[in-house]
Amino acid sequence: MRRHLWVLVALLSHWRRHRTQLATLLIGLMSATALWSGVQALNQQARNSYDRAAAAFGGGKTAMLVGRNSPSISQQFFVDLRRANWPVSPVVEGRVRVGGRSYRLIGIEPVTLPDGASAMSKMGQAQLEKFFSSSGLTFVGPETLADLKMKEGELPSVDGGRPLPPLALQDQLAPGVLLVDIGTAQSILSMPGQISRLLISDQNVGRRKALEEVAGDRLLRVEAGEPSDLDRLTSSFHLNLTAFGLLSFFVGLFIVHSAIGLAFEQRLSMFRTLRACGVSSKSLTAVLVAELVTLAMVSGIAGLACGYFIASFLLPDVSASLRGLYGAQIPGQLSLNTQWWIAGLAMSILGALLAAANGLVRIYRLPVLAAAQPYAWQQTQQRWLKRQGAVALFVAVASAIVVYVGDSLLWGFVFLAGILLTAALALPVILGIVLWLGQRGAKRPLAKWFWADSRQQLSGLSLALMALLLALAVNVGVGTMVASFSKTFTRWLDDRLAAEVYLNATSTKQAGEIVAWLRQRPEVDAILAAWRTDVTMDGLPVEVLGFADHATYRERWPLLEFQPNVWGKVRSGTGALFSEQLSRRLKLRLGDRVTIPAAKGAWDVEVVGIYPDYGNPKGQIGIDIDALSSRWPDIDRTRFGLRVAPERVADLVAALRERFALDSSRLVDQASLKAESMRIFKRTFSVTSTLNAFTLGVAGIALLTSLLTLANSRLPQLAPLWALGITRRRLAFIELLKTMSVAFLTALLAMPLGLLVAWCLVAVVNVKAFGWRLPLYVFPVQLVELLTVAMLAAIVATLIPVWKLLRLQPASLAKIFANER
Amino acid sequence: MSGDGNIGRRAFVAASVLAMIRARGAVAQGFAGLGGETQGFAPVMRGLSMEFPRDHGAHPDLRIEWWYLTANLQDSRGVHYGAQWTLFRQAMVPGASDSGWGNRQLWMGHAAVTSAVSHKFAERLARGGVGQAGVEANPLHAWIDSWEMRAGEPFSPTNVSPLSVSAIGADFELSLQMSCDQPLVLQGDAGYSQKSERGQASYYFSQPFFSATGTITIDGNSVDVTGKAWMDREWSSQPLASDQTGWDWLSLHLDSGEKVMLFRLRQKDGGNYFAGNWITSDGRSSQLSSDMIAMTPTDYSDVAGRKVPTSWSIAVADRNLKIDTVPLNRNSWMGTRFAYWEGPITFRGSHTGVGYLEMTGY
Repeated sequence: MRRHLWVLVALLSHWRRHRTQLATLLIGLMSATALWSGVQALNQQARNSYDRAAAAFGGGKTAMLVGRNSPSISQQFFVDLRRANWPVSPVVEGRVRVGGRSYRLIGIEPVTLPDGASAMSKMGQAQLEKFFSSSGLTFVGPETLADLKMKEGELPSVDGGRPLPPLALQDQLAPGVLLVDIGTAQSILSMPGQISRLLISDQNVGRRKALEEVAGDRLLRVEAGEPSDLDRLTSSFHLNLTAFGLLSFFVGLFIVHSAIGLAFEQRLSMFRTLRACGVSSKSLTAVLVAELVTLAMVSGIAGLACGYFIASFLLPDVSASLRGLYGAQIPGQLSLNTQWWIAGLAMSILGALLAAANGLVRIYRLPVLAAAQPYAWQQTQQRWLKRQGAVALFVAVASAIVVYVGDSLLWGFVFLAGILLTAALALPVILGIVLWLGQRGAKRPLAKWFWADSRQQLSGLSLALMALLLALAVNVGVGTMVASFSKTFTRWLDDRLAAEVYLNATSTKQAGEIVAWLRQRPEVDAILAAWRTDVTMDGLPVEVLGFADHATYRERWPLLEFQPNVWGKVRSGTGALFSEQLSRRLKLRLGDRVTIPAAKGAWDVEVVGIYPDYGNPKGQIGIDIDALSSRWPDIDRTRFGLRVAPERVADLVAALRERFALDSSRLVDQASLKAESMRIFKRTFSVTSTLNAFTLGVAGIALLTSLLTLANSRLPQLAPLWALGITRRRLAFIELLKTMSVAFLTALLAMPLGLLVAWCLVAVVNVKAFGWRLPLYVFPVQLVELLTVAMLAAIVATLIPVWKLLRLQPASLAKIFANER
Repeated sequence: MSGDGNIGRRAFVAASVLAMIRARGAVAQGFAGLGGETQGFAPVMRGLSMEFPRDHGAHPDLRIEWWYLTANLQDSRGVHYGAQWTLFRQAMVPGASDSGWGNRQLWMGHAAVTSAVSHKFAERLARGGVGQAGVEANPLHAWIDSWEMRAGEPFSPTNVSPLSVSAIGADFELSLQMSCDQPLVLQGDAGYSQKSERGQASYYFSQPFFSATGTITIDGNSVDVTGKAWMDREWSSQPLASDQTGWDWLSLHLDSGEKVMLFRLRQKDGGNYFAGNWITSDGRSSQLSSDMIAMTPTDYSDVAGRKVPTSWSIAVADRNLKIDTVPLNRNSWMGTRFAYWEGPITFRGSHTGVGYLEMTGY
């Protein structure tokens, strides 16, 4: 033990003399851990809140029965299924507004509720009693209680309706959920005798009748674990984050690898001395591992702290995007469990060991009397490059197969990873070929040396260059996607939000009064009814939107594909427009016939047009307003768009607000609506962009550390040139030129690769994740900008070692010839 | 001690519907409140005459009620089985029989089949008002989920015959048809069954004369069975006394055709409260004098981590009854949320026959 301690002290003395190196190693591990754990913290935060959302009603955790073609089903199914020995429990769900904010009101039946389906077992005794009593209780999570600005025991009132039962706190409940008894929920949501779904307990209660025998084909079974709604919708978002986290982690490991490699290299003589003093290779390796683990622990803890800050920094954007895109509520206060800390530290330690594995094996096998063999490895390098080239080729072929056969989001990411890996592996090979060609073309001895030495340097730099390539390519890809999206979305929003004012009356009666009042106003050019209702198609939630036959729609409504005379067909009620997401999910093409489950029975329509509906998690069908009101006679006729001269909008909105007491949730002008939509969409991609910038930063550090590492080991190569009469200034310039040229080559290669990444994001990842495909635009200015940024990063990274070279004492160079290496 | 205290037994079980759900943590004590208040619930009064079919139905003005059937059965080879089917009703507030979720009745079903080597049971819970569970009086139909007790054709309300019960559990099924000619047996004083000097009492009648046929299935193996069944109907508003820790209850089919029901309530102070009824083969019921009854455990079994007296020596001195009982299955444990022992027994001695034993509070 004592001996180990002395060995450790001897090994650690190295770091005292090489503080920068120690800092590099620590920074590398820290940034790897920080980005990875930051992303994991965000994912965990979001998943916790989905779990809490699910805990209230069993979504995703419990198998369910839902209406095949309707968002709600008769309560009689519950009774009939129980009588047929099905262990089902009814749930009612709807949205209510309290104090102008929208909440999920969930009604449960606690007696039959399956055990695993709820947070109920954690409720206190007194609360349970009250929940079941005639006065009842409204359970809310802490965030909801804060949102409502109320205390436990107070009675919140549904806007324009009756009061809910007294509030009670239930920590497990997700934000934005109000949980009440099923009877209360039915009455508040005006759904007497109706339920939203039936949870199926996984408890075996014996033989039961077949579902069809009891309910015909009117119910659809959704299996547990079948990720429904939130899970399915958001999984892509989290996969996206995770992919970025992992990328940053590996880029960080590049830094660690080069720092550790250098430290091992420089301590070779020390290792030899220690071995000669009688330290076994086993114990030397063990002490090195202990040293590494200690360093990884220290930087891991620091990295976790940074990760926490990164996550807190990104959380507002992440939760805003999740709310905007999927309606998922994520609490704004980051809460992390011990698992996260342990996993983060483990990642740091494992990462360090992985990065050092090569060096450790070498030390373990180190012959006591081995001499340095700097030239032998150049031959090794050739073999190594060939092997790497073969692997790159293999990965490329595999990726091509993936893009051909793969169909899911995961495959999309696999493909993405495949092309990135191919490119990274192929990079040294390509650079090697380019440099070899350069060498062949070179005539003068110094130029020949320049090329040859660059080739020799390649293996040392290649990891850093790979990191640079990946970071740049991903940056180009994401940047192109975001810019394409922003361009498309802005134009789409202009077309889609054609009316100047949007209003939603509190009732059909009030709507009638408002319309009568508006008809008297000269500034109102048109009143466009836009009513909507919800249906379920193949178990998917779908909005049916009715719009008036008006030039506003005919001229402005954005369509991706359409038949001739599309608006005539819509007007006649024989055709309908389908949103892109819905057409993808239902696999619809123009001319297909679709049965819509209307209130007055099944209704057959033709797909006459497909339109983009960015940002809507639900499917959407657009039909003529008269068709809508004849098929759904009881529809709420409360929504309208108004065409108004732009300069009169403000006055009209003010007048409407005053006359009919409509708050901002019911009355909004186009500009505000657009601004709100843009805000949500900007935030969606701001997370990606931020992570992107972090990754590029880490790649910059990787390049810097690699060069620092190389700078010292390059003295033996440079000293002979210096001895031949080439000045230090000239040498420094050559060094700068060399690094800049390989960096430039790398950055250049990153551009087409980045565009390929963008294509993959737009054509595969987005389509799977969100259900829409964007047109891909290339923005050359953006590419040039990134190229410049990359070159600046390379210059900064190169200048430090070059500056060191310039200031190098001639004595140090002379010493090279004396020193044993 | 005097008086007929038949309320004892299942009242406790019914009362604990709430305790059970509470233990599970799903619903609450508020609608149980067995701790005390009976405010608003109708009291049990002497001299109220029973009427059929009316009294086959539910009595929502009273807090607790049950429909209970036990059967001693044999297959064609003489192998013995037992079966139990029970529906409990509990009102959270008096008269809470509105339709819809506003209904404040809670229902609980227990069912079991027992053989010498296995004892299978199941439990169901339901809220009233929507049709998941309930009772109709004429013709009698009591149900919870897929389980039911249903009058056959032509139904005679005065002897609840013919009648069938069915239940399904994870690993057993039960389907029995019962019939008899004897009229219903009114327990206590024309159905008024006083429980203690403090006034606890119940309305109580039985049909102990059923002959039964049907099928029971254990772990997928079905057997046809025949035998004797005993139905109990009881309803009340008042719980047991707080100093009672449990009870031991027996229903006996004597081979002579007579029926005997007797029990002891165990008190905290170590004392016991005995009561019972002797029913002649033509259905005349008379109360047993409590000081004539002796019940002595003769053998204990380790069941579900408890020591339960599964064999008894029973004596009713003035009826010259002195028997020893043996359980068909020592492990007839109802591991429901509120657990108890209930299973078929055989006995010999001065009389021979079969019966059911129920023990709680161990």
